[in-house]
Amino acid sequence: MAHSDNLVEISGLNFWYDKSRPILSGIDMAIPRGKVVSIMGISGSGKTTLLRLIGGALKPRQGQVKVAGKVIHELDRDGLYRMRRRMGMLFQFGALFTDLSVFDNVAFQMREHTDLPEAMIRDMVLMKLHSVGLRGAHRLLPSELSGGMARRVALARAIALDPMLIMYDEPFAGLDPISLGVIGNLIRRLNDALGATSIVVTHDVQESLKMVDYVYYLSEGLIVAKGAPKEMQASAEPLVRQFVYGEPDGPVPFQYPSADYRDDLMLNR
Amino acid sequence: MFNRFAIVNVRTIGHHTVNGLWRLGYASRFFALILLQSGTSFRRLRLIIRELYFTGVLSLIIILVSGLFVGMVLGLQGYQTLQTYGSESALGVLVALSLVRELGPVVSALLFASRAGSAMTAEIGLMKATEQLSAMEMMAVDPIARVVAPRFWAGVISMPLLAAMFSAMGVFGGYLVGVVLIGVDEGSFWSQMQNAVDFREDIVNGVIKSFVFGVAVTWIALFEGYDAPPTAEGVSGATTRTVVTSSLAILGLDFVLTAFMFRGV
Amino acid sequence: MLDLWVGLFVCAGIGALLVLALKVGNMSGFSVADSYKVYAEFDNIGGLKPRAPVKSAGVVVGRVADVTFDNQSFRARVTLYIDNRYKFPKDSSASILTAGLLGEQYIGMDGGGDDHMLKDGERLMITQSAVVLEKIIGQFLYGKAAETGTEKGK
Repeated sequence: MAHSDNLVEISGLNFWYDKSRPILSGIDMAIPRGKVVSIMGISGSGKTTLLRLIGGALKPRQGQVKVAGKVIHELDRDGLYRMRRRMGMLFQFGALFTDLSVFDNVAFQMREHTDLPEAMIRDMVLMKLHSVGLRGAHRLLPSELSGGMARRVALARAIALDPMLIMYDEPFAGLDPISLGVIGNLIRRLNDALGATSIVVTHDVQESLKMVDYVYYLSEGLIVAKGAPKEMQASAEPLVRQFVYGEPDGPVPFQYPSADYRDDLMLNR
Repeated sequence: MFNRFAIVNVRTIGHHTVNGLWRLGYASRFFALILLQSGTSFRRLRLIIRELYFTGVLSLIIILVSGLFVGMVLGLQGYQTLQTYGSESALGVLVALSLVRELGPVVSALLFASRAGSAMTAEIGLMKATEQLSAMEMMAVDPIARVVAPRFWAGVISMPLLAAMFSAMGVFGGYLVGVVLIGVDEGSFWSQMQNAVDFREDIVNGVIKSFVFGVAVTWIALFEGYDAPPTAEGVSGATTRTVVTSSLAILGLDFVLTAFMFRGV
Repeated sequence: MLDLWVGLFVCAGIGALLVLALKVGNMSGFSVADSYKVYAEFDNIGGLKPRAPVKSAGVVVGRVADVTFDNQSFRARVTLYIDNRYKFPKDSSASILTAGLLGEQYIGMDGGGDDHMLKDGERLMITQSAVVLEKIIGQFLYGKAAETGTEKGK
């Protein structure tokens, strides 16, 4: 297996559910090993779909997605499952198994995919929980956790088998400022500690620009801008400026497409 | 105007029919997947045992209480009617046959659908809505093998057991009302019943019925949950659909099975 | 803890099934393997159905297996399964009787005196058909009419 510098290579990717409304068009991306890359864009720009395509949950209509040199959508079921064991994913809002305790959630993958003795699993689980700061909470149930805590447990679960690729779907959504800082910090530290590669899909500009190495900006299924965080902040591209500085009106219009205002108010009789 | 009304309705009916057929096909494929993925459930019995608790044990109260009441009503109503023909001693026969052949399997299946079936739908629907199923997929664990199949087998195993308990409680209820309360002769109550209820014809057929109902109800409940739109309204709609579809399926299958089994007896 | 409840549940379920099987029903346990076949021809079988009991002295000794129409003799041909434990002489008789006044019909067998016993596939020679209500009423009326006629004629 050839070890290129890029863990994930996407070329000419097109995806749609309905051909007249493409979700992703002509995406070319290269995500180097060991880096934290952020994919940003407003809601509906196709970011989550991109994550799904990388994880093999969706198949591209055109183009190719390669992870660690293997074309994801050409793998058979066993091959795909083997690949997925080397990937970790943090879902929006955590998606912890509500009927299992925090401990059992993190231990889930270890118990399903390895034959390790319980004693060893216990040590590993506690270590993972310690790295996210929740070792003491291992007996709790997901319903007893706050949003931020649940997110951290989900993160511990995602890195349970020391994956080579960690994907984050809106990890900052709905968190208080302290938790925001914690998660951002963890994403960077864990990535470096594990020697993994991370892809963060988000629209939280502040947090992500603090810790990522590279940014892709998606708009309506196209890559509109890409570069290091500093470049993005200094970008003159109107779409990027509006996003980074949170301007209410610009290339993404404030008003939803509607009829003429005067007509609607029946002023033009 | 009438024309347009008719056309719209025919189109809607056609649309619903095609939709229904498509769903049926999808549901059948789902059923096949459950059977194929059942290996994990049997290799790790803990999974089935856990689900047996939630579908079977937690349904016990309603099944036993309902069985008792149904049996008691049968005893009461049966006595009233048999009395006019001077055949009170046949009360045991009436209660036992009604329960074992029909009421036991059917009523317990209906109760099971409402209690355990809807719970299963809601649980799976919610897991889908909160992305737990997707998370499992991304962790290379097939949710059908891990979550759906154990519940299926738990339902299929529970159903005949619950139906038997329902019938047994019912006979006891009939005994309570008939013999203890009203005063029908105890000896003839039991002996006539034993004479009339045949193991192979009645009891085995009843068990087969409840097994078939178990498969149908559990399949419908799991499918509706798995296919539910991942929203609050989606899950609640799916739960309602489970109860309605299961009930219709039970009654329909009951007719088919009864016609097949009790031909010419 | 959970396991305990599930174990109890399954036990209770199987227990209920056993109670139903043993106390409520009767495992007639009549299996075809432990029986031999015997035929009998009747003029009229009335309401006799397959799986009806074959009783002798009031005790169930077998089951009716099949009822067919013999197109040559224009009689009903009934196949009986008799339990292997019971042997009947060749000159035994079979009658179609009714349980109670309006009950189901069954075959009553009376043992004969012959030294030779019936073997598998042999035929019972002495049979008595079912009592058909219409025929009795008809006979009664005919008898009554004949009586009145004779009286008138005197």
